[in-house]
Amino acid sequence: MPSRCVRVAAACWSSNNADERPTCWKLKHNTRKLAIVPTNLLHNNNNRRTQLPTQPQPKCMEVLLGITGKDFTLIAASKAAMRGPTILKATDDKTRQLNDHTLLAFSGEPGDTVQFAEYIQANSQLYSMRNETELSPSALAHFVRGELASSLRSRNPYSVNLLLGGVDPITNKPSLYWLDYLASLAKVPYAAHGYAQYYCLSLLDKHHHPNITLDEGMKLLRLCSDELKRRLPIDFKGLVVKAVTKDGIETKPFDEDEKVVKDT
Amino acid sequence: MASGYDRALSVFSPDGHVFQVEYAGEAVKRGTCAVGVKGKDVVVLGCEKRSAMKLQDTRITPSKIGLIDKHVCLAFAGLNADARILVDKARLEAQSHRLNLEDPVTIEYITKYVAGVQQRYTQSGGVRPFGISTLIVGFDKGSETPRLYQTEPSGIYSAWKANAIGRSSKTVREFLERNYKEDMDREATIRLAIKSLLEVVQTGAKNIEIAIMAPGKSVEMLPVEDIENYVKNIEQEKQEEAAKKKTGRTPGTGTAAILTRSAQEES
Repeated sequence: MPSRCVRVAAACWSSNNADERPTCWKLKHNTRKLAIVPTNLLHNNNNRRTQLPTQPQPKCMEVLLGITGKDFTLIAASKAAMRGPTILKATDDKTRQLNDHTLLAFSGEPGDTVQFAEYIQANSQLYSMRNETELSPSALAHFVRGELASSLRSRNPYSVNLLLGGVDPITNKPSLYWLDYLASLAKVPYAAHGYAQYYCLSLLDKHHHPNITLDEGMKLLRLCSDELKRRLPIDFKGLVVKAVTKDGIETKPFDEDEKVVKDT
Repeated sequence: MASGYDRALSVFSPDGHVFQVEYAGEAVKRGTCAVGVKGKDVVVLGCEKRSAMKLQDTRITPSKIGLIDKHVCLAFAGLNADARILVDKARLEAQSHRLNLEDPVTIEYITKYVAGVQQRYTQSGGVRPFGISTLIVGFDKGSETPRLYQTEPSGIYSAWKANAIGRSSKTVREFLERNYKEDMDREATIRLAIKSLLEVVQTGAKNIEIAIMAPGKSVEMLPVEDIENYVKNIEQEKQEEAAKKKTGRTPGTGTAAILTRSAQEES
């Protein structure tokens, strides 16, 4: 009995207190902040189409290539922005710089790709600002996999395929990670996404070795590019090539017309 | 003071004071001093640094000057622990702004945001105000104009050419008012910042921290050796000036001047 009295008294007190308290000010633009908080971003957007995770992703004509070498990682992405059979733009950049030593290349459902990549980019940069140090490519790859995996199990998953390349700022070791929309992660010496896999992996199998130099890497990319141009039914408008080294990320000039193997 | 109006935060006293906010101001006055000085195309933050204890690992002792984004720098005076939280909120907002608007924050925007957070903590229940004042400096994207803002625990923010916060900030501010010149170059700006800090920091270079910002560049923390050189230089100059005064003065005039002044004060 006495305990009940106490409880009632406590309830009265708290309700009185709540009346005294001014109501919290809510700022309307507060919603803008949500984008950086993962749970809200992934679960709040209810009007996106629902897609079963088991549904196979339509094969895309976008080209993503990645090669690691002695002291660098090269990433190449096609420049065409496509919608169905139409090319909307021939100078698209399908990469985002996560920090000074890590680059993310993406393909897949348009809209999803940029949204997801920029969300990862913002969080990576936030980490760098907060801790005055950057995440290593391996740490970022596992973070991205985690985000993608929880997105996959939500009502509206991202359908994005990714290549994450970088050089560890401490050990200076280059690395490349292959991720697909089912959130599988693999650390690989060289990789490709989409139809490009069918044409390029054999070339990479044959010519790649772990001590490859940057020049040899570029030559290898040109071989791939030649092959793709010969075999892919759609013009992908050439490649953007970026090299990650311990000194940072650099866009490499990539001459479209210069061919390694001349036409016969 | 214990009149009951300082118990709950969001309650006015009958004469219109919100005591908790005023107490937060006192916490700021107890914090170590920080100055900010604008030059022609540079802006300098200077901080008084507590000397580390003998066994402390100085490598991981946090600085009073922090980066909000690559182009925004913040120094604070007051409770270190509160500053960590506020700086973190500002960093989140800066990245959120980049993500949503594809542009880095302007210095004014982030100042308004920081001041906004500080204000919010003076008007809601169950919280206490931030016991810090901040100086926020930097350059807007694509702009060559240096910016310097101050925020206070109440949520007030203001723009300055040069300002000081924290312990003996009044002395330093008065010094800056006497010595500030328009369009100072990099050297002069750093010098003024250090000279003004030396007004209140007795221990010299090892207790001073200097951050320099220039347009399009990230923050540059001045190495201790460089600060030492500036301090030596300034002290030498001061001695020379003092010597000049001594030799220039005819005997007797000094005392006479003091006499007249005290006579005036008495009347």
